[in-house]
Amino acid sequence: MNQDIIAGVPLTWYVWLSAILFAIGVTGVLYRRNAIVIFMCVELMLNAVNLLLVAFSRFHNDPGGQVFVFFIMAVAAAEVAVGLAILMMVFRNTKSTDIGFLNRLKF
Amino acid sequence: MITQYLFYFLSALAITGAIFVVFTRNPVYSALALIVTFFSIAGHYFLLNSTFLAAVHIIVYSGAIMVLFLYVIMMMNLNLDEEPVKTNFAKFGAVISGCLLMLVLIVALRDAEKMSIQNNISEGLGTVNYLGQVLYKNYLLPFEVSAILFLSGMVGAVLLGKREIQ
Repeated sequence: MNQDIIAGVPLTWYVWLSAILFAIGVTGVLYRRNAIVIFMCVELMLNAVNLLLVAFSRFHNDPGGQVFVFFIMAVAAAEVAVGLAILMMVFRNTKSTDIGFLNRLKF
Repeated sequence: MITQYLFYFLSALAITGAIFVVFTRNPVYSALALIVTFFSIAGHYFLLNSTFLAAVHIIVYSGAIMVLFLYVIMMMNLNLDEEPVKTNFAKFGAVISGCLLMLVLIVALRDAEKMSIQNNISEGLGTVNYLGQVLYKNYLLPFEVSAILFLSGMVGAVLLGKREIQ
């Protein structure tokens, strides 16, 4: 039953989808100046890689990939908490989330 | 056959959401588009029969992380549409760079058509039961280390978010 469900979609489609999502994420990081949106685009890239890992784990019948995705989610959650705290601190000091203000790494 | 249509639908939704994240001006709309993308990726996980990861993805990303993002955006009061924008030259360069990355990926992956499906797909690969067995037997040490990471992340967030005493 499971095999029928998976057999409908070749693995390469997932590879293409992940590549497109990752490229959009990179474009967003380069395109925007708002630090929060840049953060969102980083999350988008992480998700593209997660999707690829799950697809490969599924197609190679190996649970290691899915466990790895679980750890990536844990790290992403911690990263977002710390990163948004840093952004709040920067916003408190500069009254802006423009990354152009941060090019000297000091206020 | 229905799986393919579902795949097309979810992929279109994910890519549309991702493009909206990048190209809308308002950060709140970016966050909402990102939620759509996350839900469609969770649908992909369901399609791949990894139900545990789909549930965790919805809880962690759509639940926790996006609420955090929206909360921070609203706390900063950024929904004003007065965000400074890059020059047209920089924007053009960014889009060109993204297209070049896509081109590199296309060229690198073009010959990878021979990847096929293994026939001996086990039934419960993505279930809580199976993944829990693997997680607590083979990956116990990374699990504990991630707990320490969470603790340090929590301490760091509290420390950074605290106002300095004048």
